[in-house]
Amino acid sequence: MAFESMEEWLKCSQDKNISAAEAVILEDMSDRGVSREETWARMSAMWNAMKSSEQDYDRALRSHSGLVGGAAGQMEDYLKAGHSICGDVMGKVIMRALRLGESNACMKRIVAAPTAGACGVLPAVLVTAAEQDGLSDEQMTEALFTAAGIGQIIAARAYIAGAMGGCQAEIGSASSMAAGALVCLRDGSPEQMADAAAIAMKNLLGLVCDPVAGLVEVPCVKRNVIGAVNAMAAADMALAGIHSTIPADQVFDAMKEVGDQMSSALRETAEGGLAATATGRAVSERLKSSL
Amino acid sequence: MNLYDILGPVMVGPSSSHTAGAVKIGLITRRLLGDAPAKADIALAGSFAATGKGHGTDRALAAGLLGMQPDDTRIPNSLELAREQGMEVHFQEVQLKDAHPNTALLHVTAAGGRELELQASSLGGGRIMVNKLDGIDVNFTGESHTLIVHNLDQPGHVAEVTSMLSHKSVNIATMQLYRNKRGGYAVMVLETDQPIPEDSIAWLSHLEGVIKVTYLNTMQEDEHGL
Repeated sequence: MAFESMEEWLKCSQDKNISAAEAVILEDMSDRGVSREETWARMSAMWNAMKSSEQDYDRALRSHSGLVGGAAGQMEDYLKAGHSICGDVMGKVIMRALRLGESNACMKRIVAAPTAGACGVLPAVLVTAAEQDGLSDEQMTEALFTAAGIGQIIAARAYIAGAMGGCQAEIGSASSMAAGALVCLRDGSPEQMADAAAIAMKNLLGLVCDPVAGLVEVPCVKRNVIGAVNAMAAADMALAGIHSTIPADQVFDAMKEVGDQMSSALRETAEGGLAATATGRAVSERLKSSL
Repeated sequence: MNLYDILGPVMVGPSSSHTAGAVKIGLITRRLLGDAPAKADIALAGSFAATGKGHGTDRALAAGLLGMQPDDTRIPNSLELAREQGMEVHFQEVQLKDAHPNTALLHVTAAGGRELELQASSLGGGRIMVNKLDGIDVNFTGESHTLIVHNLDQPGHVAEVTSMLSHKSVNIATMQLYRNKRGGYAVMVLETDQPIPEDSIAWLSHLEGVIKVTYLNTMQEDEHGL
């Protein structure tokens, strides 16, 4: 069985004196009855798919509804001009998160991480980290094991579907996974990894799933940006030695509780939040008559 | 959830339930039909009907029927490809009682005349559940090796199937029995831990009282690396 708590995961890696990623690899081998080579090859394929999904972005594409497309292209032009507030690294993260979110809406190939709607968070953060720090594909594959390990714990304790727990379960989970992966890439301790995952989730707790017209477009594409940017901030805080007062496991439990209390109107049904605004409803009506 | 339920699948967007799951429903329909469908009547229910167009659910189902996997980049153009390949596809909306919100009902016909009616739901994360096969309630995901035997509801058929599996050292993971009425038409669905040899499947299909045997081998998907 996969780890069901951060506590159990950290204890295992400490007891065996192995990295957090290595503990996830060993669990997966026993869980699915596969060899190290098999699971490594599969995770490495995920990393390659993430890289190509980011490169395959086409700024000319628009989604079927016409609501999204081209934003990552605008961001790219803006960054080239050199006056961005966030600076080069964060700017690229923003651009890449938009690329992935828009590519997904335009029916391009992506990696669900943990869902299709949140597919931009991990690649935006990880592709940029690899580029910035000159990291190898092996290191990135290892980081993905760490990210997936965090996701497994979230799935065991809470939710990873917007229909169940709102956007906090999708973008929140992706951000938490990315934050922990970043800490591992910077050789942070397993405790810092857990802190980063906790901080990232805490910052997005309560985020509702309110897609306009029920489509994975508005506000999903831009929420990938906040998930990615938040992951970087959380990782930096953890690496600075800042602790999360509430431990990761309890944060995930709180995410479940918040999700359970969330009205169904705010869980992917397109009946509340932004979907229920005057503009959201008008878009929905227009699409119903045109599609 | 296993590691690759969290990271993955590699898929064409925008939605694991409305797009990737829909491709899988189309694909499992094709594999259960055992042939390329020449004609498909597809009814969309619930959220599939309400937001399916915007999620490409129609194109995803057609792509699956054409034999594509959820990561096939031709999915957005599947309706045009279906036309080119002479596959007739019709869509309509339907109200299904007590069905999962993301459900499709497909009636497909192969060029040779073989027909199949299948109702399946997309459960999220690209996972699916087949709910009805030729009007009979069933429950299977297609994630394990799955043997489906349609037979006359008479004594002995379950024993024939299970002794064959025992003889071939195939372990049964789950087993379900359904029938429309006593002495009528029955379906058994077995999910197994090991693949079932092809000659054993052929042997089963020639038994008296056995109407149709269908086998889904999950290896086909694993080889694809999803």
